[in-house]
Amino acid sequence: MTTTDTTPTTTATTPTMPDFGAPTTDRTLAIICSKGSLDMAYPGLILANAALGEGATVHLFFTFWGFDMINKRTMADLKFTPVGNPATHLPTAISGMPGMTAMATHQMRKTIAELDIPEVPEFLEQIVDSGGHLWACRMSADMQHLSADDLYDGVEDIISASDFIEKTDGAQLLFI
Amino acid sequence: MSTTTIDGRTIHVDQEGFLTEPAEWDEDMARSLSALLGIELDERHWKILRFLRADHASTGETPTLRRVSTSLQVPMKELFQLFPTKPAKKMAYVAGLPKPRGCV
Repeated sequence: MTTTDTTPTTTATTPTMPDFGAPTTDRTLAIICSKGSLDMAYPGLILANAALGEGATVHLFFTFWGFDMINKRTMADLKFTPVGNPATHLPTAISGMPGMTAMATHQMRKTIAELDIPEVPEFLEQIVDSGGHLWACRMSADMQHLSADDLYDGVEDIISASDFIEKTDGAQLLFI
Repeated sequence: MSTTTIDGRTIHVDQEGFLTEPAEWDEDMARSLSALLGIELDERHWKILRFLRADHASTGETPTLRRVSTSLQVPMKELFQLFPTKPAKKMAYVAGLPKPRGCV
């Protein structure tokens, strides 16, 4: 063993560098946002944002209560209610007391802000700026008598469920 | 701890290839790392890289895209143009820092 060039096997001749994948990716993620409570709005937004940051194409479809996330009147004022929500670990009798929803909502907003995670409207803006596509459900719009003017400006169009399915052909799908 | 050689300089990297020793980084290294990604650095890149270095030095964390965008007032779109496809990881790599831990 007199040779001096037996360096550890971890030293590579070609540089070790992260695999950043192909310059463009054909991965597409479709996220259906069907809930309008504060705690159920964030998972879709966070995953959409993460997927965009990894170079994926992302389409979000807002339907049923998820419409509250893009309705200008409600989007900045989503609530987190502990009633019937086992995640809060509160007894039902207590979670239903007056003021509990306001308190839980306040607490959740504070926690989210402390982590420097944006409010829903700003989060949607970040997703659009990152190249994400927002679509509103035709049936939900009709049920609530809302038009494009009532919706967040970044929403590209009000489309039918079948149009969304067509747009996201081959995509991976998340229903939230 | 693994090492790798980039442009004749030996540096310490983690399993994925991100630099683990901030002190082994300098501006020449940034040029070498960006060349591996096919990115030619201009003043807009440098502004971001300097912020990443300073922020990491003071907080101990690699800033997320949102933090870069809001702190420097650089639109998210521009970050995607400057470091295409995977901006957060690419800018961290070129800045010689670990990839960001935060989700948003």
